[in-house]
Amino acid sequence: MKFSFVSLARQALRGHQDWPEQWRSPDPKPAYEVVIVGAGGHGLATAYYLAKEHAVQNIAVVEKGWLGGGNTGRNTTVIRSNYLWEASEGIYGHAHRMWPTLSQELNYNLMYSPRGVMMLAHNHHEEQAFKRHIYANRLAGIANEWLTPEQAKQFCPILSIDPGLRYPVLGAALQRNGGTARHDAVAWGYARAASDRGVDILENCQVTAIRRDASGAVNGIETTRGPIATRKIGVVAAGHTSVVMAMADVRMPLESFPLQALVSEPLKPIMPCVCMSNAIHAYMSQSDKGELVIGAGTDAYLSYSQTGGLHVASATLEAICELFPVLSRVRMLRNWGGIVDTTPDRSPILGKTPVPGLFVNCGWGTGGFKATPGSGHVFAHLLATGEPNAIAAPFALDRFRTGALINEATAAAVAH
Amino acid sequence: MLLIRCPYCEMERPEIEFKYGGQATLTRAPQTATDEEWTDFLYFRENIRGPQAERWRHAVGCGRFFNCIRDTLSDKIITTYKSGEPRPAGT
Repeated sequence: MKFSFVSLARQALRGHQDWPEQWRSPDPKPAYEVVIVGAGGHGLATAYYLAKEHAVQNIAVVEKGWLGGGNTGRNTTVIRSNYLWEASEGIYGHAHRMWPTLSQELNYNLMYSPRGVMMLAHNHHEEQAFKRHIYANRLAGIANEWLTPEQAKQFCPILSIDPGLRYPVLGAALQRNGGTARHDAVAWGYARAASDRGVDILENCQVTAIRRDASGAVNGIETTRGPIATRKIGVVAAGHTSVVMAMADVRMPLESFPLQALVSEPLKPIMPCVCMSNAIHAYMSQSDKGELVIGAGTDAYLSYSQTGGLHVASATLEAICELFPVLSRVRMLRNWGGIVDTTPDRSPILGKTPVPGLFVNCGWGTGGFKATPGSGHVFAHLLATGEPNAIAAPFALDRFRTGALINEATAAAVAH
Repeated sequence: MLLIRCPYCEMERPEIEFKYGGQATLTRAPQTATDEEWTDFLYFRENIRGPQAERWRHAVGCGRFFNCIRDTLSDKIITTYKSGEPRPAGT
């Protein structure tokens, strides 16, 4: 079924009673050419591009819970590509260039909205760091510009640039083509498009073991819905990557932390952009439903609890009230945590592993949503060909041995 | 917010008094270590889902490091004990 004006009109006349299911829910087959572990945005995008661009016929995406129920459904939906290093500009830029046409390609409204991402500088050091990012981004062909406090206020009128603030706004880096998209729709859109191309999405199907043959290569997985034979596994399990990889005796340079977010009660449109502040740790945008979507920090300790301490969220709200005093009496509706897999250099890991047939795409940490299309696209190439392309190559697991780290601690925008 | 018992102060105190110190079982790689052993020591972590041994420092209290067994799935602290003591049996 294709979404179009005609299909919408027809369904409207029928009272929206017979929309078909958006993707199939098949039973697992005994064997697949490729199995992807994790039906979040990155995993589903990988399956979609494997089927579409590499003509792989027999693909499964296994998911222990429900589709898009992990970090894809828990993030704050920010899209930007203003990272410092060329390797990062390569992969985040690749993803950023895919967003504008993705709704058309998937025939699914992702509500992509390039409304601008503004990062505030509160001290001299931050001003220098952001300007360095701006110059580096411009050299790489990525939009980013410097705003004075007055220009920042013009762009986001509810922002306080009162010089009397404890951490006054000294300026801002603005990526005008940054923005947001509807996170659930990204998972649903990729799931629907992948399912249409024959990908089996197996929900409530937790991997319990990774089987290997005498040579050490993978030859299947055990799941809660039975064994599945395969010679190629792509693990895209975000915060639980270490747990899945341990089944194949592969250790990872990852630590999993809870990252919290909140939404407010719905308001009339008041916040025209995404505004981020690394120094006092607050960032915020407004969803089309009207809720203020607010990102808090990570908790201090390793955890898989998908929750976190209230003091972390309240510290963010204090910062929000300081920067946006008009919001001081807005009530919060929900608060939750997602488990983010952080790497030592705050850059993702995308590559081969010491186990033949086992590939991994992880370590997106606190900022993976923006990269979803690009990450899936290059990981599909890796799974199909066995070798990373030029965009993925710098993100190999081996970089922790060679020392070719990609330090993005500043651009990660969440203090860890 | 976690409530953590400092084994030196012998008091339960709120988490904001403490600094998390990561996995407790790291052994520093020797001078003669290979690149692989260095890589493992510097970057690779157990990242355990379940009871893990970890270090905390009572930063705003006595300032001392100690060990803690905490279930990373429920965040429930099972026990804390002084640095250098063996991990309590049954944890």
